[in-house]
Amino acid sequence: MTSQLSIIVVEADRDRAHQIVDSLKTAGYDRIQVISEASSLARQISAFQPDMVLIDMTHPSRDMLEEMALASGPLDRPVAMFVDQSDDALTGAAIEAGVSAYVVDGMRPDRVKPVLDAAIARFRMFERMRKELAETKRALEERKIIDRAKGLVMKARGVDEDEAYALLRKTAMDQGKRLADVAEALVSSAGLLS
Amino acid sequence: MRLEELKIGFMPLVDAAPLIVAAEMGFAEEEGLSLVLEAAPSWSALRDRLCFGQLDAAHMLSPVPVAGALGLGGGGAKLDALAVLSVNGNVIGVSRAVAKRMKDRGHDFGFDDAIAAGKALIGSMDGPLRVGVPFPFSMHAELVYYWLSALGLPAPQNLHVRTVPPPLMADAIKAGEIDAFCVGEPWGSRSVETGFGELLLPGTAIWSFAPEKVLAVRSDWASAEQALGAKLIRAVWRAARWLNPASSRSLVSELMSRDRFLGVPADLIDRALRGRFMINGSGDGRASEGFVEFFAGAAGFPWRSQAEWIGTRLAARTGLDRDASVDASRKTFRSDLFRAALAGVAPDLPSASVKLEGAIDTPTAVGSLGGRLTLPRDSFFDGRIFEPLDS
Repeated sequence: MTSQLSIIVVEADRDRAHQIVDSLKTAGYDRIQVISEASSLARQISAFQPDMVLIDMTHPSRDMLEEMALASGPLDRPVAMFVDQSDDALTGAAIEAGVSAYVVDGMRPDRVKPVLDAAIARFRMFERMRKELAETKRALEERKIIDRAKGLVMKARGVDEDEAYALLRKTAMDQGKRLADVAEALVSSAGLLS
Repeated sequence: MRLEELKIGFMPLVDAAPLIVAAEMGFAEEEGLSLVLEAAPSWSALRDRLCFGQLDAAHMLSPVPVAGALGLGGGGAKLDALAVLSVNGNVIGVSRAVAKRMKDRGHDFGFDDAIAAGKALIGSMDGPLRVGVPFPFSMHAELVYYWLSALGLPAPQNLHVRTVPPPLMADAIKAGEIDAFCVGEPWGSRSVETGFGELLLPGTAIWSFAPEKVLAVRSDWASAEQALGAKLIRAVWRAARWLNPASSRSLVSELMSRDRFLGVPADLIDRALRGRFMINGSGDGRASEGFVEFFAGAAGFPWRSQAEWIGTRLAARTGLDRDASVDASRKTFRSDLFRAALAGVAPDLPSASVKLEGAIDTPTAVGSLGGRLTLPRDSFFDGRIFEPLDS
């Protein structure tokens, strides 16, 4: 029986770090350290001597990890980005999800795969959450603009709220535009005239 | 006409200019291409996205394809350089504490003498000199090793070259982790603006014609998509030609300062493009001719001897066999594809693919397809000449 992998997670965001650690623990891995401080990353990592490092692809300090592939002192364990030539799909999926794994030299791909699978699932969820948040923000912004446009129409035409909304909606349909775009145009031109 | 779409990654640096100009000023459309530019957060992310097919081509450090061919560093697929995107363009800076020690010892910060600057820097250190560079496989690292080793500073004993992403360089200096740095623009000028560094030398003071960034694609893509690759080479070559006159350069500073490209004030970009620097917080100015070249002197031509120089340096430092490295390195710089793509388009191209590196002290006419090509100075600061094998 091989001993369990020790894993470092490089992640500055506390919540995200917790979630990654949780999902790795659920997958049966307990020896996990989190590094949140980017400075002297390579030194911190070599002090822990992990088997594997997981890092967000978009992390600007990721380039520091590349240096460890060259660290070849007698006590250093060379670490390289995990690329499994026999299973390009796995590495590709990791890159798409936005996570990179660095592993010590000579680690067998079948030992890396389950960890990476768990991390990929988690990072995909982050990506979904990020998109959902952006979407929600946009929807809120649009609602605010539409409300202001409705107010402008009500005041200028002396109509009630439902009628103002119907008028905006009809204009948008006639022009083949989105309601929010029509509202935005109205609000910005009203700003010019007032 | 339907445009063929290519996804191209870049790092937000001044020397991404030829790609940005090709995409924004109509040179790609002329070739029937639509370039979708995507900024990358790190060199390793950019390399991986290229290797795993999420990008068709990328702005890349010239040593990265060579390192890949030698089996160094991470990454999947092998990469080739279709063209050199820029020659030169780096600056070397020091922390303010080191600058003060150097001034106390009488260094004048003349910004032109690599021997005087190097000796003053070495002389001002008590312990090992620690230099931050953006990536382990970069012209930045190569220039630093070449310069300081030639001046007698042994690496790795007394010279520690460390990877520090430029956005984190200020923190690394504040934390006392590095004494000096070698970076591309606008990071050098930013270090002066934000007050943590002073500029010591332009990269040209070490090597006057150093291939800095290349247009990289996967090797299998280069073979399978030769027609597409040729279109891309032509679009980028025309963009570089447009960028060459000084009059274009202030316009392009404005273009590149936009948020989706560099997102820094146009003034900082302009300094690099015109080679007019502010080297410290007191506003002392220095000029640097040929600070960054995109076109002049056949700058775009990917000389196989440039790749060989890089490969030989990498091999010596990592203990690889020189002969095997030479062959693998050379193949990554595709002078064959560059020449084929520009036949009948460029007025003149070198007829050889290999040259002595560092042998030209004054601009010299060389053998070329049209017979009218002059190459600019390409000397190293110590006058050494690099002779490719079997040339």
